[in-house]
Amino acid sequence: MRQIAIYGKGGIGKSTTTQNTVAGLAYLGKKVMIVGCDPKADSTRLILHAKAQSTVMDLVRERGTVEDLELDDVLKVGYGDTKCVESGGPEPGVGCAGRGVITAINFLEENGAYTDDLDFVFYDVLGDVVCGGFAMPIREGKAEEIYIVCSGEMMAMYAANNIAKGILKYASSGKVRLGGLICNARKTDKEFELVSALAAKLSTQMIHFVPRDNQVQRAEMRRMTVIEYSPEHPQAQEYRTLAEKIQNNKMLVVPTPLEMEELEDLLMEYGIMEAEDEAVVGVAEAAK
Amino acid sequence: MSNKIKTIEGITKESTQEMIDKALEAYPEKGKKKRTPHLAPNDQASGSACVKSNRKTVPGVMSARGCAYAGAKGVVWGPIRDMVHVSHGPVGCGWYSWGTRRNLMSGITGVTNFAMQFTSDFQEKDIVYGGDKKLKTLLEEAKDLFPLAKGISVLSECPVGLIGDDINSVAKASAKELDIPIIPCNCEGFRGVSQSLGHHISNDTIRDYIIETREFSEPIGPYDIALIGEYNIGGDAWSTKPLLEECGFNVKATWTGDGEIEKIAATHQVKLNVIHCYRSMNYMCKVMEEKYGIPWIELNFFGPTKIKQSLRKLAELFDDTIKEKVEAVIAKYDPLMQAVIEEYKPRLEGKTVMLYVGGLRPRHTINAYEDLGMSCVGSGYEFAHGDDYDRTASEMPEATVVYDDVSEYEFEEFAHTLKPDLVGSGIKEKYLFQKMGIPFRQMHSWDYSGPYHGYLGFPIFARDIDMAINSPTWSLVKSPF
Repeated sequence: MRQIAIYGKGGIGKSTTTQNTVAGLAYLGKKVMIVGCDPKADSTRLILHAKAQSTVMDLVRERGTVEDLELDDVLKVGYGDTKCVESGGPEPGVGCAGRGVITAINFLEENGAYTDDLDFVFYDVLGDVVCGGFAMPIREGKAEEIYIVCSGEMMAMYAANNIAKGILKYASSGKVRLGGLICNARKTDKEFELVSALAAKLSTQMIHFVPRDNQVQRAEMRRMTVIEYSPEHPQAQEYRTLAEKIQNNKMLVVPTPLEMEELEDLLMEYGIMEAEDEAVVGVAEAAK
Repeated sequence: MSNKIKTIEGITKESTQEMIDKALEAYPEKGKKKRTPHLAPNDQASGSACVKSNRKTVPGVMSARGCAYAGAKGVVWGPIRDMVHVSHGPVGCGWYSWGTRRNLMSGITGVTNFAMQFTSDFQEKDIVYGGDKKLKTLLEEAKDLFPLAKGISVLSECPVGLIGDDINSVAKASAKELDIPIIPCNCEGFRGVSQSLGHHISNDTIRDYIIETREFSEPIGPYDIALIGEYNIGGDAWSTKPLLEECGFNVKATWTGDGEIEKIAATHQVKLNVIHCYRSMNYMCKVMEEKYGIPWIELNFFGPTKIKQSLRKLAELFDDTIKEKVEAVIAKYDPLMQAVIEEYKPRLEGKTVMLYVGGLRPRHTINAYEDLGMSCVGSGYEFAHGDDYDRTASEMPEATVVYDDVSEYEFEEFAHTLKPDLVGSGIKEKYLFQKMGIPFRQMHSWDYSGPYHGYLGFPIFARDIDMAINSPTWSLVKSPF
């Protein structure tokens, strides 16, 4: 069983990419479980065709304690026999979402969700590793392989670099490794080259460049993955290719995150940022 | 277990149900609905639980329950004497759980026992930046200061679980570096409904980190047993261990009263596990049964009747050598116990007691009171499960009230109706009942007394009960009720 965690900046398309990739693996005959580690609980809707799956934490809130839950209450099966669980958690601004992730993963372990017939477990993790709870999926004995979803946008690359720093901490004390960057293209300038260059600086690879295609949105509106909605569409083929690349990936590294200056140099090298000129810092466009 | 149905004059299923219904009236609808299944008259013949248990406490009632951390630190880990036990988190949990349980220890503090308060004393910055580094430093310092400690347990308080510190990886790295067993125990207080989950988590950590990591130096003999769920409260283990040895057994390890980590770790080699506190340690007995084929037996060492029954039950599993020794031991102590009964029974005959303790004693001690001519008219547990209440049914007299996670209000109401001559419960209940003019014994810690286990314990138990009930103090106090 390979356990894989997907990280990346908020809104970059982690859940969409994860579910389409998982559908690709399921298409290849693999048994997969998705564990959604985000209080928004949108990591499994395309696989289950559901608006919102009832989450572990929802049921804990309803019944009082996690001991009152059964695995069947929270584990649903969707496209390609993929098992789906959502940790769930509080609405923004209250409580502790990180603890929700810990509770949910402990619950899955204690109740035997990690069965031997599984080929892959995917953790789809909220935006950034903001506290210990969101590092739960990459603790020892869990995911040893991480993919970061990013794009050629500056902030997405900053986020990817920050996540690499988090991985470095866990990689130095355990077995977790970076498997690559998944570029979820936004059609920014020189996107392919830029993300490839960032990957090289991080000592990893851009495992796949997923082009932007509205077919993804058309499938999403039907709460489906592209693979299920239109298996013949070129975009479906992209996700199958990504799935195959992940399946065959042997390049697992301890990342070498960049200092902020190096990252800015990289952006300048590709013409995204202009050379540093203190005179323009803090000056609005209209004031020029 | 006796099949004889025990009855109490004036107590019927109807009278008990009426008392319960009256107490429940005070609750709002929702609370009433939740509490109802936890209170019921006993059906002695059924041999099964008459109440629901191990459920979340109803908010707003005064519950006597503790938390998972309390179950881990206070009950299972704390009594192991040759380890350093670290309360990981802010200082309060460790401080207020220090030495309060009266699980006595032998040895020299700092050399062969470490009954001290170790805490990582979390500050604001440890919450924000995480406490991993501090824990690592603490472990190094503990090893440095107390090089003779045989291991370290790291017991998580609530905040550690909230911020998601990975104590497991720190423990693993430090254990390797310091060359000493370091056991991380994720027993955050907010987990589960009571301290019971803390026992379970601790059993699981013993399973994952301790058992089978050592072997006894001397060869294993046919009479090698381990005493499980004996916490040496007020010196109980110092009564039961010699008793079993007198019967011809080698008690290789005690879990965990006055316990030693390396003996616990080698317990997979014994021939039989003798379990006293079923609630807190049945998990490991079952693990050792499944994994190493070690059978286990539940025994009760409270009061001569149960001791005799237990010893014979134990002897049944062994050869004639043991059987003869057991009979000799019974013959030796029987007259001594008879003398105790003759001294105290005349003063205690017909007296009644209500019990409310943790997970074992409310059923295990009933017969000891009966040996003294008393009857138990109400019993219940803080954190017992269904299998404990199953085992309680046959011990309790017919139709007497059984209460699970009883609230202070319900307990008080029942005492008003039943007018017991003694209440045996915890420190939180003690002063309530004493103010009501009812004699009380603190039955978690033996009220600064003990031991109560075994033949050594019974005379002390009898003396204490007599002292409580027949103290002239009570005639000088006028109850306002």
